[in-house]
Amino acid sequence: MTAAIELTGITKRFPGVIANDNVNLTVKKGEIHAICGENGAGKSTLMKILYGMQSADEGTMKVYGDVVNFNTPNDAIDRGIGMVHQHFMLADQLTVLENIILGAEPTSGGVIKFKEAEAHLAQVAADYGLTIDPNDMVETLEVGERQRVEIIKVLYRGADILILDEPTAVLVPQEVEALFDNMRELKAAGSTIIFIDHKLDEVLEISDSITVLRHGKTVASMANDGVTAHDLAELMVGSELPTPDTAESTVTDTVALEVQGVTVKAEDGRDVVENINFSIHKGEILGIAGVEGNGQGELIDAIIGTTDVSAGSIDLHGVNITKMSVRKRRELGIGYVPEDRHHEGLMLDSPLWENAALGHQTQAPYGSRWLINRDGARNQTELIKEQFDVRTPNIDVSAHALSGGNQQKLIIGRELTSNPSLLIAAHPTRGIDVGAQAAVWEQIRTARAEGLATLLISADLDELIGLSDTIVVMLRGRLVARLAPEDVTPRDLGAYMTGAATQNTDEAA
Amino acid sequence: MRRMLFSLAAPVGAFVVTIIISSIALMLFGSNPISAFGDMLGHAAKLETQVDILNRATPLYISAIAAAIGFRMNLFNIGVEGQYLFAFLIAAQVGSLVVLPQVFHILLITTVAVAVGAAYAGIAGVLKVTRGVNEVISTIMLNAIAISGLIAFLQQRWQAEQENFTSTTLGTNPIEESGLIPNINGLLEIFTRDIGQGKELTGMLIVAGVVGFGYHFLLTRMRFGFDLRASGMNPFAARAGGVPPKQMVVAAMVLSGAAAGLIGLVELNEKAKFSPNPIKGLGFAGIAVALLGRNHPAGMIFAALLFAFLDVSAGILQNTQAATKEIVNIMQGIVLLVAVIAYGVTGRIQAREEARATAEALQETEGRVTEGTEVAV
Repeated sequence: MTAAIELTGITKRFPGVIANDNVNLTVKKGEIHAICGENGAGKSTLMKILYGMQSADEGTMKVYGDVVNFNTPNDAIDRGIGMVHQHFMLADQLTVLENIILGAEPTSGGVIKFKEAEAHLAQVAADYGLTIDPNDMVETLEVGERQRVEIIKVLYRGADILILDEPTAVLVPQEVEALFDNMRELKAAGSTIIFIDHKLDEVLEISDSITVLRHGKTVASMANDGVTAHDLAELMVGSELPTPDTAESTVTDTVALEVQGVTVKAEDGRDVVENINFSIHKGEILGIAGVEGNGQGELIDAIIGTTDVSAGSIDLHGVNITKMSVRKRRELGIGYVPEDRHHEGLMLDSPLWENAALGHQTQAPYGSRWLINRDGARNQTELIKEQFDVRTPNIDVSAHALSGGNQQKLIIGRELTSNPSLLIAAHPTRGIDVGAQAAVWEQIRTARAEGLATLLISADLDELIGLSDTIVVMLRGRLVARLAPEDVTPRDLGAYMTGAATQNTDEAA
Repeated sequence: MRRMLFSLAAPVGAFVVTIIISSIALMLFGSNPISAFGDMLGHAAKLETQVDILNRATPLYISAIAAAIGFRMNLFNIGVEGQYLFAFLIAAQVGSLVVLPQVFHILLITTVAVAVGAAYAGIAGVLKVTRGVNEVISTIMLNAIAISGLIAFLQQRWQAEQENFTSTTLGTNPIEESGLIPNINGLLEIFTRDIGQGKELTGMLIVAGVVGFGYHFLLTRMRFGFDLRASGMNPFAARAGGVPPKQMVVAAMVLSGAAAGLIGLVELNEKAKFSPNPIKGLGFAGIAVALLGRNHPAGMIFAALLFAFLDVSAGILQNTQAATKEIVNIMQGIVLLVAVIAYGVTGRIQAREEARATAEALQETEGRVTEGTEVAV
């Protein structure tokens, strides 16, 4: 039997990064095929290539045995491939029917034939056993229902190969069950489903076959038959990168940051961070492990002050900062290395010295209550450039002219040279080369020896284990495990992160 | 040096292209471009015309700064128009009610104008941060409320209070001499012959200079200006860096409105009252001048002078029949359009050049290729 999808030797390079390195994927007709991997493993890139949003540098793609070459998603749609994105693309103010036909309206003489569309929709819904009222306004629908609209939209266009990009990420457990029921119906009706997920319990429950990607490579492809969550976790995280050496403990008795009962609500009222308790001592690095999107980002936002907490308190050196402005918190000594340097870290069109001042412009040497100290700021930037080996001809070039690694070194430098007492470091070495990575680790460790308290969030588990004094695991907005890095392996961590293992203790305080 | 050349390339190129397109437009209208441009330049060579140009450029420049303050943080204050006219009316009325020693009288009128402009713009800022109302919408509405509502109503009311008004006493009651900023003909005449035809160079020119300098100082030296620019460059990074986004929106709108309040003072000082038909459109023209001058304090001086020159040329073209006076509006439109395109193009080239130069400089200093250090992620 010919496979529905057969990808061979797919390679995709971005400047400085190989996103897909000789990836192979075979999906049989009529199966549910899960693709797992850590963030940055290359899952999304692979799906974008399959859906025609990007083109591969090397490799061949076959659909039902025919070699294909997609330049746009329309080419993929013509071949019966449809994709449901993680972020829904629906117009709130239109009805379900209008959303479904949007972009493919059946018309006659410029008038939309709603009757015909509705009949076609009813047919599609009946064929696949999906129920939806075509006249509901999308804005009144629950998240799970919106997702169903997205799926029907793809089916309506005649797709029989569906790509679902992390469909469960936005759903509550009951909705996940409903989705899985729908997926089984689709499979029974003959559709092929490719399903991206990194929650291993879910993958094991629904899929027929599983392919695991790590660092852009296919590391395993197997039938879901006797595979355990532990096996998958180990395949996903691996452990071959250079690891930061664990240094002697410098943890002191003085508490720097105390987080008690912190809860953060998303805009839709869900708890994205739920009753979190932990403390970080001076000289301690607390690592938070977790698959992205499990509330780490919101927890950081709550500590830095860009998000309001709905319950709980945050104390820095005994001062309650729960309601303080970001600026006050910064002045109290919180340093911040954001997850995405282009989003929250830099002003790309401004010179380096202005970027170095950002976040510290109220304090010496960068400035004061009223004025910016240009000389002070420039001298300090020169210092950062030397100390943190920021490779740049001078400090007047715009930030966008630097490579990613050098931008990151500038950010780490500006935060560490401003004598923080608490450093929040989110993925501090993401996307930078090995040499720079080691340098960043060394800088953080030196600061730790001088009494810095650090909250470290990283998707690189070796980095977490190597740097942290304590590791906690976050899953679905809660701390589910507290571990000592000495006796934990990436494999164990992966199991906790994906819910394959649980710790039978109360939430660590 | 390269940077200098680049920043000059766009305006010079835009200027040349504008002349060419304008000439074509003139010919299409059946005019001779050479004689039209000749008349315009000949007229502008006269000292009295130059005074007119400066008098026109002064409010345009202040208006441009008001718009630029908003632009610097991606706020579009379209309400400068309503803010300056409303501030003008209130300041003229308050000024007419009292007689004070000159310094205090001028200060009072100026303060009232600034405060009214700031408060009126502040409404849009507060609406944005509390209710999420887009400032473009709210300032357009506030323009209509100010011009067709408040001004029309108050003007009529204050008119009625005058005892027996004639067509010459229309508008608010005249302000005593003590409330007016004297002309600065004397200052100009140090360098030139005496100014004739009863032309007066507005004292507000000096105020405009101070505002321009203040704008420059605020943006480049003050922490507030840094916060303002950071919010415009990358609001998320600014927020993470401690810049309070809501306060900045209100502060920027208030500051923009404060500058707008000064615009009407040029006419107030000239006519000593709020006349029934004040000069309108300066608020919108200021947006164009700010765009043309790239929000830069010096760039906007040139842009304001160019727009003022074109405005003043309208009269002479009509007098000499060299072309219709509407041609100057067409030219203003052309220069703006061409300049915006030119800035976009050179900006992109410049960014690419910079990235290349940085990479090259690094390879030279390091003397090694960094290819081997790439890592798969």
